[in-house]
Amino acid sequence: MISPELGPILELRGIRKHYGRHAAVDDVSLKLRHGEFLTFLGPSGSGKTTTLMMVAGLQQPDSGQIILAGKPVDRLPPYKRDIGMVFQHYALFPHMTVRRNVAFPLEMRGTPRAEAERMVTAALAMVGLPDHGDRLPRQLSGGQQQRVALARAMVYRPALLLMDEPLGALDKALREGLQLEIKRLHREQRMSVLYVTHDQSEALTMSDRIAVFDGGRIQQIGTPSDLYERPATRFVAGFVGETNFVPAELLGREGEARRALVAGVPMPVSARFLAAPGTPAVLAIRPERLRLSAPADDDGGGVPAELVDLIYLGNARRFVLRLPGGQEWSAVMQAEAAEAVMLRPGDAVRLSWNEVHATAFPA
Amino acid sequence: MGRWRLLRALACTLVGIYLIAPLVVVLIISFSSAAFLRFPPPGFSLRWYANLANDPAWIDATWVSIQVLVPTAVLSTALGTAAALALIRGRLPGAGFLGAALMAPLVVPGIITSAGLYIIYRTIGLNGTLTGMVIGHVVVTLPYVIATVGSALRSLDPRLEAAAATLGAPPSAAFRRITLPLLAPAVLSSMLFAAVLSFDELIVSLFVGSARLRTVPVQMWSNIRGDFDPTVAAIASLCFLVALIALGLEALLRRRNGDRE
Ligand SMILES: Nc1ncnc2c1ncn2[C@@H]1O[C@H](COP(=O)(O)OP(=O)(O)OP(=O)(O)O)[C@@H](O)[C@H]1O
Ligand SMILES: [Mg+2]
Repeated sequence: MISPELGPILELRGIRKHYGRHAAVDDVSLKLRHGEFLTFLGPSGSGKTTTLMMVAGLQQPDSGQIILAGKPVDRLPPYKRDIGMVFQHYALFPHMTVRRNVAFPLEMRGTPRAEAERMVTAALAMVGLPDHGDRLPRQLSGGQQQRVALARAMVYRPALLLMDEPLGALDKALREGLQLEIKRLHREQRMSVLYVTHDQSEALTMSDRIAVFDGGRIQQIGTPSDLYERPATRFVAGFVGETNFVPAELLGREGEARRALVAGVPMPVSARFLAAPGTPAVLAIRPERLRLSAPADDDGGGVPAELVDLIYLGNARRFVLRLPGGQEWSAVMQAEAAEAVMLRPGDAVRLSWNEVHATAFPA
Repeated sequence: MGRWRLLRALACTLVGIYLIAPLVVVLIISFSSAAFLRFPPPGFSLRWYANLANDPAWIDATWVSIQVLVPTAVLSTALGTAAALALIRGRLPGAGFLGAALMAPLVVPGIITSAGLYIIYRTIGLNGTLTGMVIGHVVVTLPYVIATVGSALRSLDPRLEAAAATLGAPPSAAFRRITLPLLAPAVLSSMLFAAVLSFDELIVSLFVGSARLRTVPVQMWSNIRGDFDPTVAAIASLCFLVALIALGLEALLRRRNGDRE
């Protein structure tokens, strides 16, 4: 539940952090709205954890400002910033039972005993572990420990919940189950969440918005569909989802909608940068946006190619295509549509696309 | 294969005998009926233990040892734990140098440390006092505490303290509720170790003690040089027993801690 009327719960303004001469976080600015689920997505070493640590107050930025719930928190130690944090490796207190772990933040806040007990019980029920309160962390499985960490970070209803790859250490089935659970908790508890992952499908399914990090900078921040359909940079196009990168040469007038030569054929593309005709470019085209047709029902358009392989994906089919120049492209079609085109390896095909789905980037 | 195992068993047995034989000899002599050190003893008796219990010199020495050992163990553990925390978790300038200085008594010959203490004490009048003795024992037991607690602290996940901070714990509460309980086994075992070391300490006690302030090892030392009878063997056996109990306690402590991990 995003509540725009409340203003941002968190604002970062030009945050920088250097380790020696290396910039771990370089001029990061963003706003997190009340109730929003924002994910930091990026490759290893791109500065996601460092940014999160600075929000938590566990590290100090070299410059820039962090504003939490309207107040600058530059000099505020972590224990005074009303935040909850879930660490990648749980960080449960090994000498305390599950209940004592979850009760810890309430104790620190001086919550009356009876009320604290009630809140702990509710929190454990919320994460589906009502009967595990008396166990020690080491007596739980990884997924259960992760849920205890979640309960512990949420039990006191912090204004902001930070999660650093909370599902990174879990297997796929468990991860997907917990993804849904975290989403449900986010919805029901109306929390603002900053989430870190380097798994792009996790980011796409969970987030209201995603900030893509690379080299300590935010490359693009937007909704999952913004990122997927309208990547701002070549890095984002390659990092979020699967993409065919296609060399091309821009033609015609300058501006958004224009044409480019692809394997010698003029094709429609969209370019969000200005360049003179003849400029080399790289097109990013999603596999599911490629249209395949047999040369027989040829209307003259399309890039000619040969179908070299047809891969069975269950609900879909992947077509591996080779262009005359030798490059390989990949196209994906849902099962029904794929069977309707009736193509077999060795067949000649023509490839086409809608111009909004072929984004040109500077080469 | 078989030959290697045989050889290994033989080597282990020999080393074991080499280590244990002196202890066994002392233990047997302590029950001797003869008035001089002879092995094997001509007969057995408890007279040396009785002698020990009746000789005021030994009783005084035991009392002095206890009066030194208890404050030494407590102070050394408290200071050593604080030092380990400061050296490892703190951001002290010159931590490396400080750490080396604190660990120095491990490598500097005991006689030099003791002579140094003796010279300083002479100017400030601490020779022959209980206070001086305790300070001396703290100096030589501190490195062991710092090493034990320090290695436990190094293996303690710093994210636990970070997690406590994000959950609202100020540093003092995080230390009391998280760090200290997790270090407790190492702290307790180093306290036991400091107590045993203090009980065994000879050189510092020889230097800074006096005729009236004699610990058990000092009494043994002068006994060996004077009228040498199996009383020394009896007290040595008792010391051995104390060390054994301390070791047992330590093992028990570690087992309990092992259960927790
Ligand atoms: N304590 C440190 N000292 C020196 N360099 C550091 C330190 N912590 C992080 N870095 C560097 O800062 C950069 C960003 O690290 P960070 O941990 O924020 O990356 P990340 O995006 O969280 O990566 P991952 O997905 O692997 O967790 C990296 O290049 C890393 O090597
Ligand atoms: Mg990280």
